[in-house]
Amino acid sequence: MSATMEPTSDLLGARGPLDQDWRKVINYGLLTALVLMFISLANMPVGLDSRKIIEPLLSMGYISLLWVPAALGYAVTSEKVLEGMVAHKKGARELVAGLIVGLIGGGGLGLLIVLIDNFDLRDPLVNWSPQLLALLTFDEGIGYGVGFWLMAGAALGLFGGAAHVVSATVRKVVAAAILWILAFSVFETVISDISEGIQLEWLADELYYVRGGLSQQGAVGVAVVGILFALFGREHVREAKQSFQSLEGEKRTRANAIMLGSCVVATIVLPMVLGRITNELLANVGLFVLLALGLNIVVGLAGILDLGYVAFFAVGGYTTAILTSSNRGESWPDWMPHTHWFVALIVVVVFAALSGLFIGAPVIRMRGDYLAIVTLGFGEIIRLLFLSDWLGGFTGGAQGVTNIPGVDLGFVEVKGTDPRAIFYLVAVFCAFAIYVSWRLEKSRIGRAWMAIREDESVAEAMGINTVNAKLLAFVVGAVLAAFSGAIFAAKVGSVFPTSFIILVSIVILVVVIVGGMGNIYGVIAGAAVLIGVLGGPKQPGLLAEFSEFKLLIYGALLIWMMLKRPEGLVPNVRRSRELHQEEFLQDAWLKGHVDTDDQDELGDEGGVAPA
Amino acid sequence: MTDRNGATPLLEMRGINTHYGAVHILKDVELAIYPGELVCLLGGNASGKSTTLKTLLGMVTPTTGDVVLDGEVVNGKPTSYLVERGVTMVPENRRLFKRLSVKENLELGAYLRTDRDGIQRDLERVYSMFPRVYERLSQKSGTLSGGEQQMVAMGRALMSNPRVLLMDEPSMGLAPALVQTNFELIEQIHQEGVAIFMVEQNANMALSIADRGWVLQTGRVVLDDTADALMANPELRASYLGEA
Ligand SMILES: Nc1ncnc2c1ncn2[C@@H]1O[C@H](COP(=O)(O)OP(=O)(O)OP(=O)(O)O)[C@@H](O)[C@H]1O
Ligand SMILES: [Mg+2]
Repeated sequence: MSATMEPTSDLLGARGPLDQDWRKVINYGLLTALVLMFISLANMPVGLDSRKIIEPLLSMGYISLLWVPAALGYAVTSEKVLEGMVAHKKGARELVAGLIVGLIGGGGLGLLIVLIDNFDLRDPLVNWSPQLLALLTFDEGIGYGVGFWLMAGAALGLFGGAAHVVSATVRKVVAAAILWILAFSVFETVISDISEGIQLEWLADELYYVRGGLSQQGAVGVAVVGILFALFGREHVREAKQSFQSLEGEKRTRANAIMLGSCVVATIVLPMVLGRITNELLANVGLFVLLALGLNIVVGLAGILDLGYVAFFAVGGYTTAILTSSNRGESWPDWMPHTHWFVALIVVVVFAALSGLFIGAPVIRMRGDYLAIVTLGFGEIIRLLFLSDWLGGFTGGAQGVTNIPGVDLGFVEVKGTDPRAIFYLVAVFCAFAIYVSWRLEKSRIGRAWMAIREDESVAEAMGINTVNAKLLAFVVGAVLAAFSGAIFAAKVGSVFPTSFIILVSIVILVVVIVGGMGNIYGVIAGAAVLIGVLGGPKQPGLLAEFSEFKLLIYGALLIWMMLKRPEGLVPNVRRSRELHQEEFLQDAWLKGHVDTDDQDELGDEGGVAPA
Repeated sequence: MTDRNGATPLLEMRGINTHYGAVHILKDVELAIYPGELVCLLGGNASGKSTTLKTLLGMVTPTTGDVVLDGEVVNGKPTSYLVERGVTMVPENRRLFKRLSVKENLELGAYLRTDRDGIQRDLERVYSMFPRVYERLSQKSGTLSGGEQQMVAMGRALMSNPRVLLMDEPSMGLAPALVQTNFELIEQIHQEGVAIFMVEQNANMALSIADRGWVLQTGRVVLDDTADALMANPELRASYLGEA
């Protein structure tokens, strides 16, 4: 071993094509086969077939299969290149490994085709269907299907392996083409919407088919633009970013102000050029941004794993509903007024804070897992209370509360039929929540929360009143969630117990985790990606066809995140430093660089690049 | 406890009994710390040393007996009440807020203070006392070496501007070479007028710098004497310093 530790980064010659880690190759191949069969039997190919990417060549259904051999064919030979360790030139070995992985994977699908053709397992496996068989064989018979997938698997695996071998430029070009086509396909509604809004309808007509999917010339066009951008544009973007980050002092402040200003302008202008559906989507994203910002204070800052967060969303929704609706439960006395939304909002704040205290007080003394379980219970209890016969006279039981009016602003009524107005309303509350989060994070109480998150008993020994601080986190989180609930009620016009199922809590938590705990931008990005693209618990996203598979994808995403990017999409500098510092130190040690002095620099510059 | 030269003790335990659940941990513990002195509490594993400190700081409530600060009975008062009045603990194993920076750790030590000038002054005092800490202000404290962590832990405690510092096994987990430096630092803090109540298993070292000491055995104070006398005590030497 010691001989290989010499600080050299010379490339050794490529290894022979059969000089493989065979075990790994076979394992990856079997994994590919397994994943392909799983995806098929989870109905993704059939369920997503109606979502066209390039009409008539390619649909999301096929994409759900095609990426697997390519990705695993790439992964099988990808290894971390450590400076100072010997590395071999990439070559035939990588191609062969990818090819074999893909071939085995394709074989798996071929096997599935044969099995479906010969046995009927529809009883336990509902998707063991003729449709799947038809899709996998292109209606051309078993032999054709098996042959196709063997070849396609091998070709895609080879393609994945080739990514190691080809030059960076080629890689960039291919990746750009694929990504741009996918992006234009995913954002189809938004793009058509915008081009309509800015009188460029002809462009959308060129790009897209009437019933969805890029047209072939559209796909080519998009790919070309993407490639040109990757080759010539990206450098400029990167430079601009760097020069922005290198700004200091007053200039930095000014640049930040300009950035903030343009965000505000974009938030105001964008909805004007967008149509109904897209605005509806934005409004949903906004509601979840609001929820996630609240939960971020509780989980991200104070470190309290609250799994019953939906309870506060429900409190906000129901309070607003009962106070403003003309059709609330019949047990309310006649003298109770029907108030304006803003009056209701004041009551919402009070009730949310009270329920935060009420739920918080008993659970706050518990730690970790116990707290998580108990909050989970409370979240359900609140929903079941609203559903119960006991409160049914007040909350309408399963019938819920309907006829909730919008927000009457005098000159306009903000209600669900006008998603643009709802979006503006949500945006105002999000701005408020962002400001509050930002101020709190920098404040004394924010520091106390972080101390509690790190080590509760020491925080107490420092004189922090941990019970009060945690309760405050709970209450602030509760109020933000209740705001979201209040807007939700006005938007939808009705609330039912089923609007507040446990899944909502989980989705918000996933948004916070995927976005990056404790990071405001991350939380917003997380909500935009998850809710906007995949959709919320009940709200369809851009990929409406995915709603059936939303949870599957959420789960897979979470697992992948925990393994590869524990700091979330938009890493908090501190978190990413902490999570990667160990790795970094190991690398540095391998480089033979670390003595105590080097470690200093490391810490002072915070020099660990986020992955 | 006897009044020494007529002074009132800064912090006192009077007939303290502490239970964890039904288990009796501290049994009739009496001790007193006077302003500006350096005293130590010795005892083996699980003898109740950490419990004594937690009881003093109000993190554990005694079943009977009183914790007295400046003549005022303070049991039942929250920890913040004692911290505000100059009682601070350096916890066992240092227990820094690992994912926070050194600077943030120090600032958290001054959490209850509002006098910005005083805080700034104490920050500078900590920097001049521990130059190494100053060099690493933005480093995450969890990545510091053991010795550096000890400095930050002491610095964090000093940031509350304490009158008495409760130190739970300050030499635990430190390399032998660092133990010596560490005790020198403790003496240095002591010389600035801070009373120190140190819990230690390292009896020799502790007694060599302390004025007085107690020996705790299964929750009971079995010896209470000056450091020199304890050092000379054959019983202690036999049971504790491992000498025949
Ligand atoms: N929170 C607790 N609940 C129940 N028992 C506890 C608790 N904390 C400590 N104990 C028990 O009380 C006894 C004394 O503990 P303490 O931490 O005071 O010992 P110590 O003298 O500090 O020991 P060491 O030198 O090992 O740190 C031990 O038997 C311990 O198991
Ligand atoms: Mg102890």
